[in-house]
Amino acid sequence: MISTLSSVLLSTVLAVEIPYWGQTSFRVLGGLVAILLPAGGLVYVYLFKMMSFMQSRLGPMEAGPYGSMQLLAEVGKFLQKEDIVPAKADRVVFLGAPFIVLLSTFLLLLVVPFGPDAWFVDLDTGVYFAMAVSSVSVIGILMAGWGSSSKYSLLGGIRAAGQLVAYELPMILAVVGVVIQAGTLNMNEIVFAQANGEIFGIGVIGNPYILTQFVGFAVFLIAIQAELTQPPFDMPVAESELVAGYMTEYSGLRFLLFFIGEFATAGVFSAIAAVLFLGGWYVPFLAPEHNLYNVLGPLVLMAKIFGVAGLIFWFRFTYPRFREDQLQRLAWKFLIPIALVNIVITGVLKVVF
Amino acid sequence: MTATAGASEREQLAYIAAKAADSRVNVELETEGMTLNIGPQHPATHGTLRIIAKLDGEQVISADPVMGYMHRGYEKLTEVRTYPQVTTLINRIDWLGSFANEVPFILAAEKLMEVEAPPRAVWIRTILFEMSRIANNLLGLGDMAAQLGAVTPVFYAFRDREYVLNQVEAVTGGRFHPNFDRIGGLKDDIPAGWIASTKDSMVKMRAAADELETLVFGNEIFTTRTRGIGIIPADIALEYGMSGSNLRGSGVDWDLRRDSPSGLAYDQADWKVWTHPDGDSYARAWVRLQEMREGTYIVDQLLDSLPSGPVMAKVPRIIKVPEGEAWVETENPLGAMGYYIVSKGDLVPFRVKIRSASFNNIAIVPWVLKGVYVPDIISILASLYFILGDIDR
Repeated sequence: MISTLSSVLLSTVLAVEIPYWGQTSFRVLGGLVAILLPAGGLVYVYLFKMMSFMQSRLGPMEAGPYGSMQLLAEVGKFLQKEDIVPAKADRVVFLGAPFIVLLSTFLLLLVVPFGPDAWFVDLDTGVYFAMAVSSVSVIGILMAGWGSSSKYSLLGGIRAAGQLVAYELPMILAVVGVVIQAGTLNMNEIVFAQANGEIFGIGVIGNPYILTQFVGFAVFLIAIQAELTQPPFDMPVAESELVAGYMTEYSGLRFLLFFIGEFATAGVFSAIAAVLFLGGWYVPFLAPEHNLYNVLGPLVLMAKIFGVAGLIFWFRFTYPRFREDQLQRLAWKFLIPIALVNIVITGVLKVVF
Repeated sequence: MTATAGASEREQLAYIAAKAADSRVNVELETEGMTLNIGPQHPATHGTLRIIAKLDGEQVISADPVMGYMHRGYEKLTEVRTYPQVTTLINRIDWLGSFANEVPFILAAEKLMEVEAPPRAVWIRTILFEMSRIANNLLGLGDMAAQLGAVTPVFYAFRDREYVLNQVEAVTGGRFHPNFDRIGGLKDDIPAGWIASTKDSMVKMRAAADELETLVFGNEIFTTRTRGIGIIPADIALEYGMSGSNLRGSGVDWDLRRDSPSGLAYDQADWKVWTHPDGDSYARAWVRLQEMREGTYIVDQLLDSLPSGPVMAKVPRIIKVPEGEAWVETENPLGAMGYYIVSKGDLVPFRVKIRSASFNNIAIVPWVLKGVYVPDIISILASLYFILGDIDR
């Protein structure tokens, strides 16, 4: 059952048996593409262009047609910069932190299905796994905050830890409604459940859970906004207070890793939201068993990722930021009760219908 | 476990060790405060203000502003410059409302020389004065939103400020540092068509004010971040010598434009002094917004009643100010700004004392920052709205 999209395509289309090393290479390649393509796309479309248009300016225009190669130029710039380690920094912790943050992103991607037969790992506890590994990044951020031996970094790291822990809970509770409705923790089966589902007997477009779990979707969206430390929840990196929070002391490649990691995580969280609430790789009026999904599936999922990420970045460019205690109050007094009520209602309706 | 008489020495020692360990754990965990150096290089300090904040967790125990990193010695420099040359210097005190800096100095010099500017010059002075207030307050509000984490409003503020700066440039030739005011009047008259285009730009500024009101003041997060934060009661504000919008945000009805309109044409327009009773960050920002809007109405009215005539009175080519002392204070965008000129009858002033608004406004920082959280330091400083050049001179 373990196969990537590319290996499936090769083995079915070319009818060749792929050795283990070949499968592994394809999987690594597929993982890099699945991480970097949405990340780069999000940076260009939203950070460079949408943000600029919202602020009545053009954004990058010179590098490549319409500024589309700007990200490559930025990456080149960061690679040239010196990788400075502060004199009093905890060297190992400091140097390792960005990789742990990025690791969490790659682990999250493991369980995302890109088509009826395309995934990295087909876990029966996929949702559970995703929720668990999404908190790995906290360790990396705490390491960055502590290892930098800077007060701004320390404050940023502690804020991030408090915030990420507080927003794990509403995120998990928001997903529970989906799990109850689908009756499975397997991500791909959740897509199938949405494709084959129906609302009050009408199953023309299936049942994307955003229609029934709209409360869960809203809570999930707010929670991932906080998990990504983006405005209005960007206190850990608040540039007007903490300079750059836990990233203050980083430069060169390691700062680039944090930067790419932020957008890659935005892409992966959007993918998970798309799978759980928007039907994943499925489009209405095309049966989920259709072979076309082997090609169409990733494209559909990509489109949905950009849709969800568009919302996330729209909030990011619009809102001012909360204060730390106001953020906690929002999580514990508002989001968690709402998510709990949502679970109760979903459970009752599940039993009734 | 109790120490019994029959216990062995070994058991007794173990008992004592356990007791000692207990007492160590049970004392309250000792915590140490942290000193956070905000500045001199920091994104929130608009330049080089340094605030030494002693923190307990994220709560501020004490905050001390350290000024002087940008001190340029203007008071001393004026002593080696002739009177017309001084305006070039003092333009750079509050660099966002440059023209307003020149006015009180010129008025004080005119007072000493007993020269009176012709009415047309007074009118244009007042118009430009008010336009620098509009530009200054607009950017202050956009900047406050940026400090609170909203990246977009500050770009709108910069964009809309151009409408005012273009008009200022059309008259004076300089967007930032006009250097336009002269003893006895103004350098030039306004260009043709300027009145109509200024009225157009004032309409745009009112639209900008409306946009800012919905975008920033209508935002719930902005409200929760500023309402009830950094409250300065009226009596405390007066004790610390605050002035301008910050004082009116504390509910004190005090405005030099209305109370001592000497040398400017404010009494010729119908306008209102805005105050807000709350005294918090929101109130100060709100007063600034209203004053910006009120400023556009003042400009409109003065443009309508602009008298004709020369813009320059008869003054000698080489200006020698007679012996004496003069003090003139005006209501600048940041607050009350005054110049005390001592003249010995020379080409250059003997001594000039500059009273700038931000220096006194920032003096309240240790009082108002006590007990707030780190994020509130930023929002309170942004609502006090200081310009570094105005603090350090």
